[in-house]
Amino acid sequence: MVEFALPANSRVQPGKVYKAAGAKRVKVFKIYRYDPDANANPRLDSYEIDLDNCGPMVLDALLKIKNEIDSTLTFRRSCREGICGSCAMNIDGTNTLSCLKPIEDISGDAAIYPLPHMPVVKDLIPDLTVPYAQLASIKPWMQTVSPTPPDGERLQSPEEREKLDGLWECILCFCCQTSCPSYWWNGDRYLGPAVLLQAARWILDSRDECTGERLDDLEDPFKLYRCHTIMNCTKTCPKGLNPAKAIGAIKEKLIERRL
Amino acid sequence: MSLKSSLGRARGLGSAKEGAGHWWMQRVTAVGLIPLALWFAVSVIGLSHADYATFKGWMGKPGNAALILITVLSVMYHAKLGLQVVIEDYVHCEAKKIASLIALKFVALFLAVFMAVSILKVAAGV
Repeated sequence: MVEFALPANSRVQPGKVYKAAGAKRVKVFKIYRYDPDANANPRLDSYEIDLDNCGPMVLDALLKIKNEIDSTLTFRRSCREGICGSCAMNIDGTNTLSCLKPIEDISGDAAIYPLPHMPVVKDLIPDLTVPYAQLASIKPWMQTVSPTPPDGERLQSPEEREKLDGLWECILCFCCQTSCPSYWWNGDRYLGPAVLLQAARWILDSRDECTGERLDDLEDPFKLYRCHTIMNCTKTCPKGLNPAKAIGAIKEKLIERRL
Repeated sequence: MSLKSSLGRARGLGSAKEGAGHWWMQRVTAVGLIPLALWFAVSVIGLSHADYATFKGWMGKPGNAALILITVLSVMYHAKLGLQVVIEDYVHCEAKKIASLIALKFVALFLAVFMAVSILKVAAGV
């Protein structure tokens, strides 16, 4: 059966507490810590942050902790403006980008965990090898048979281009992928919402000439049909996209070619 | 331990080229069962105080017998499709999964045939 409880060596223990001396507006950040070299269970460290001396976003608090309190805290980040997708993590119970999540939106202590149900490399860094390989498996590039027009690019009407809106904006942060219960239980075979949204992005692209082959590859009880329209993906997407709708579009295409 | 590449694992055994039919029939039976369930509930309420002879007379009408037959067959088909998904989702031991999928098929088939025979028996008045 599916394992609903964490294995014994993954259970989170209470961790260290770092006090903020002399601060007036204090916010406590409870952060998941795991060191693969320590040979110990993960723990939850508490960091008190002086909000009068910290930027507005959760990423600002994480950087403040790393710079001023505990340099061992490990997390991915790059653009700090919601376009690179590196700082995806579970904040206050929801997968989102720490750079887009205002601290003031969190009531009470701020609980920060890595993206759920992925192997943890260290602290807030999940191992995303499997989703990246799944992305590669759907061939996320334009596939054509006809040669490239000699005088320019492959054209697309404004209406055809509109079909890609809500798809091209995906930054592959995998917030949706790791929020999906179906992906938790069958992540080795189910492609997951992020990868299926990318698949839809190419299936719906008027310039792509391998739509049928793409649909053939997806028509599978596990690769595609583990999606049960749970909608966690759409609810959690920090870019406001709708992976559930994109998956629905793939299912529609699979019916369209039968009827 | 496996040294197979992550792309090799993600591609796995490839596509089963199946699933759209299952998905479509689950929706078709669901949509069909909306009016059928309403009709069934109204009919059962209407017959709640009827004696067996009245019920037999009602069931003896071909329209009623046909609709109730379609209702129970749709219910069993829809239930079989739905439970199959639940088993595929949660049962990860291959042996248990295959055994429960086969058992599900037989149980659903038995119940469907049992109900169909019972309906036909009452409808034909034998």
